[in-house]
Amino acid sequence: MKHRSLAIFLAAAILTCSLCACGGTTPETPASSDEIVPSSPAAPANEITVGIAQDLDDSLDPYQMTAAGTREVMFNVFEGLVKPDSDGNFVCAVASDARISDDGLTYTFPLREGVVFHNGAPCTADDVLYSFETCAATSVTSALVTALSAAHVSAEGNTVTVTLDAPNPDFLSYVASVYIVPKDYAGQAAQPVGTGPFKYVSRSVQENVILEKNGDYYGTPASLDRVTYRIFEDNNALFTALNGGALDLVAHLTVDQVNNLTNGYTVLEGTMNLVQALYLNNAVAPFDDQLVRQALCYAVDVPAMMELTAAGHGVRVGSSMYPAFGKYFDASLADAYPHDVEKAKELLAQAGYADGFSFTIIAPSNYAPHVDAATVLAEQLKEVGVTAEVQLVDWNTWVSDVYGNRNFEATVCGFDASSLTASAMLARWVSDNGKNMINYNNPAYDEAYAKAQDPSLSEAEQTEQYMECLRLLSETAANVYTQDLADFVAINPALEGFTFYPLYVIDMSLLHFAA
Amino acid sequence: MKKKTTGINSFLISGAVLSALMLGLILLGLVWTPYSPTAMDGAAKFQPPSPAHLLGTDNFGRDIFSRVLQGADATFLIALCVVAVSCTLGVLLGSLCGYYGGLADLILTRICDSITAFPAVLLALVIVSLTGRGKANVIFALSLLFIPSFARLTRGEFARCRELNYVKSARLMGVSTGRILFRHILPNTLPVLLPAVTIGFNNAILSEASMSFLGIGVQPTEASLGLMLSDSQTYLQSAPWYALCTGGAVVLLILGFSLLSEGLQRRKDG
Amino acid sequence: MKQLIKKTLALIITLFIVSLLAFLAFQIIPEDPVTHLLGTEATPEAAAALRAQLGLDRPALVRYFSWLAGVLRGNFGESYSYHMPVRDMLADKLPLTGLLTGLSFLFTLLLSIPLGVLAGSLRSRLLDNLFAALDQILMSVPPFFEGMLVCWLFGLVLRLFTPGDYVSYKDSWSGCIAYLIFPAFSIALPRVAMTVKLLRGAIRQEMGQDYIRTSRSRGAGRAWLLFRHALPNALIPVITFMAVSLAEIMTASIVIEQVFTVPGVGRLLLASISNGDFPVVQAIVLILAAWIVLVNFAADLLYALADPRVRLD
Repeated sequence: MKHRSLAIFLAAAILTCSLCACGGTTPETPASSDEIVPSSPAAPANEITVGIAQDLDDSLDPYQMTAAGTREVMFNVFEGLVKPDSDGNFVCAVASDARISDDGLTYTFPLREGVVFHNGAPCTADDVLYSFETCAATSVTSALVTALSAAHVSAEGNTVTVTLDAPNPDFLSYVASVYIVPKDYAGQAAQPVGTGPFKYVSRSVQENVILEKNGDYYGTPASLDRVTYRIFEDNNALFTALNGGALDLVAHLTVDQVNNLTNGYTVLEGTMNLVQALYLNNAVAPFDDQLVRQALCYAVDVPAMMELTAAGHGVRVGSSMYPAFGKYFDASLADAYPHDVEKAKELLAQAGYADGFSFTIIAPSNYAPHVDAATVLAEQLKEVGVTAEVQLVDWNTWVSDVYGNRNFEATVCGFDASSLTASAMLARWVSDNGKNMINYNNPAYDEAYAKAQDPSLSEAEQTEQYMECLRLLSETAANVYTQDLADFVAINPALEGFTFYPLYVIDMSLLHFAA
Repeated sequence: MKKKTTGINSFLISGAVLSALMLGLILLGLVWTPYSPTAMDGAAKFQPPSPAHLLGTDNFGRDIFSRVLQGADATFLIALCVVAVSCTLGVLLGSLCGYYGGLADLILTRICDSITAFPAVLLALVIVSLTGRGKANVIFALSLLFIPSFARLTRGEFARCRELNYVKSARLMGVSTGRILFRHILPNTLPVLLPAVTIGFNNAILSEASMSFLGIGVQPTEASLGLMLSDSQTYLQSAPWYALCTGGAVVLLILGFSLLSEGLQRRKDG
Repeated sequence: MKQLIKKTLALIITLFIVSLLAFLAFQIIPEDPVTHLLGTEATPEAAAALRAQLGLDRPALVRYFSWLAGVLRGNFGESYSYHMPVRDMLADKLPLTGLLTGLSFLFTLLLSIPLGVLAGSLRSRLLDNLFAALDQILMSVPPFFEGMLVCWLFGLVLRLFTPGDYVSYKDSWSGCIAYLIFPAFSIALPRVAMTVKLLRGAIRQEMGQDYIRTSRSRGAGRAWLLFRHALPNALIPVITFMAVSLAEIMTASIVIEQVFTVPGVGRLLLASISNGDFPVVQAIVLILAAWIVLVNFAADLLYALADPRVRLD
């Protein structure tokens, strides 16, 4: 069935300039070498074949893309006035500079000279205005639409100015999401045109998407001439093709797959940048009882689960924050609930469930790590007399039933951040937030979160408030937090320059064959 | 034509022996398995077959033999329910249509034709997206799919028997219709119906396995042969015993009944 | 002739019911194309606007007839996911599935007729039983498991092909056929077993007929009788069966395409179902079902032509 590997990434990849630190990039020793060599050796063709686990079947239109898998590819085609780099900072793209006034209300972007669209047309201030208007009117990302509705864009000569009604520390991240497209070009969904280092060439439904080097690129041009994304809507097939040597690069592999590679690929390890947990619906019995939730936290053995599903790879997390966030990430929270069956039973008895209870864990079927985690957690819970049944649903059903209608008891999934701001992870657990899927309701949390929004706070004070939020989530056992998943990339050893981003993209312009 | 009257043939024997063996294992699986089929052991992942683990272990270190036993139970039970439900309903519909004929017969035949025109997998997909996944829904979907074949077969037999003298005379003697249908005609259709039941049974096992393979069947906390096969695909190269042993179990389960049905048919045809 | 008209009428009615079922089935399933297209971040207003744009706010019956009218003119609508005419997508995928079907059918034909004749003329009881047992085993292997076995044996152990490394027919017909040999073989194998079984039984029966026995007693050669008399008669039911399997092969390819990752109609269908891409799903279901109905119809006709004793009834 369909493996939309980004099942989990609920929000789009919007970044702010604030934070840095992507998942660690530890190169592993290549898997044991067999006689087969990846199929595209360095010479003569300077092109690679990349395996991806889902088709780009939402839309190629830059404002209509929703799937993270689509964004991952199109990141190489589209650019905003600014774009994120691998440290999570923003660098100039279509704009040659980004000046922010002291009151944080005015953003000035002088346009770069000589930026040319893939269709040959020069990029002008008119195109930029058109892009902002079209994006504000048609984008499917509601947070982006909201941010743009409070902004007024104007152009004078070759300089674009954006003024805000109120300061918005995340605004630059939204600017980066407004991809600059040529004015009055209606064919984006079928034949996208942007300014990025690669241009879109063609697609074949469920077979491939082909990008070619943009020779007119204003910045450092890409080294590769051509990148062919081959689509395998089945992880097993993707893996077999990789193992057969048909592909040069595949990301998002599991540890089992990596261990089974026999082909001399270089394997890189990073993290997925998300918080996987057994998310509990705090509004339904018995999970409306904090004691029961804490009991579950004690009952499960997360390190054992990680050992079983990923040979111990991945990073343990104890609250709604993952390590790439650096200063907000409190590693000690991961140890708040050590595996303790007796304690769990005691708490259950205290809550009136001495004989246990049964419930259903819903997991999105297209995402194997969540299904595996759910399977193992369900088995572990048996030890304290709790019977959990795992039910798989496809992604669309998950979105409408679990996420939209909150019609579930528990689900294993992962949440990532729509921007690298703490609020992107924490706003959703405020009791009246529309995306508060788990119906978390804690006045102390609401208060701490509200305090953190006070613009007069110093950065340290604000961080302290957010840390307080994270502690509250852990104390009240809002969910059974598990891990930030390990993310493995297998790459042709002749290829160099692969860089992990703190967001879900692969920058093809950095890849090159070893000389 | 030469008519052999030996009631027993080698197919019947080997089929009966194999089926009895599988049934024995299935019954055993209901009461005892060497390990708990769900117990995970991180230290014993991907062990090849050995005396300790007859069929090796899987990606969670679970004993494959125990899981095959449990999975065969689940698969067998589903197939049994599917055949029972679809055969009963199919025979009921088919007998009425065949015996009475007329407009209802015409309409039902057309609908049966149209349903069989759809790929079975596809119909199962549609039904499951309506009802959700899980054991009960698999039984529901497959039963619905299998009704037309039983109905069609029974309809043909009843339409033929309707015109036979013994039925005509029974009618003249004022025997009630229900009695004619089920006491007089039904037993005479058994030689045709019985092989159809065994074939249906095999098809049910195959379909359940295919559905679980495509991820729309039994759910992961329960073991099912199809689901295990689907999981094992990832490890085809590194742990081929996982796929081979599980697939082998499906084949043996089906083979027993198909030999039995072949034997029955040969006995009938002589 | 009257029978033929009646048959054709029934065919048209079946096709109509099929089109209705194909449409209705996907109206009632809860997959929502709007959820798929807009993701989790969309506002209700954007969802409503898209719904209206796709025409999903009209009553189902109205949509059915406008869809049917389009189909009759060869217009299957536009894919929600790919923003291109469904007809173009099918034109892209059908040759591939057609090729796979054709290859599978060719294998079935080339393997099963000689083997069936061989099995039918075997005089050793032991060999005959062995043949029959092998047949039974082959028929007991689930198609997808068989595909996995072929993948494993030919792909991973013998390395005759790389599973998943499919070559598009647009790039190279020979490369494409070289890849498709293995999935086609997987599809053909169980059908070969069935055909052999059928042909064996039919030849046995013919060879036992009085006219053959009479000829034999007059000294006619066994081989001459087999090929001159028994085989042509025995082939009649086989022809029908082969025609029917031509229909089944197409649907069998849905599962086998998954195992071998052949990007044909089957994979497009399964993906479109989970995306709620109804125009694509309806078109494929309709085509597959129409194919089955038509092939069965042709099989009936063929049967009547091949054997004048058979009346269409």
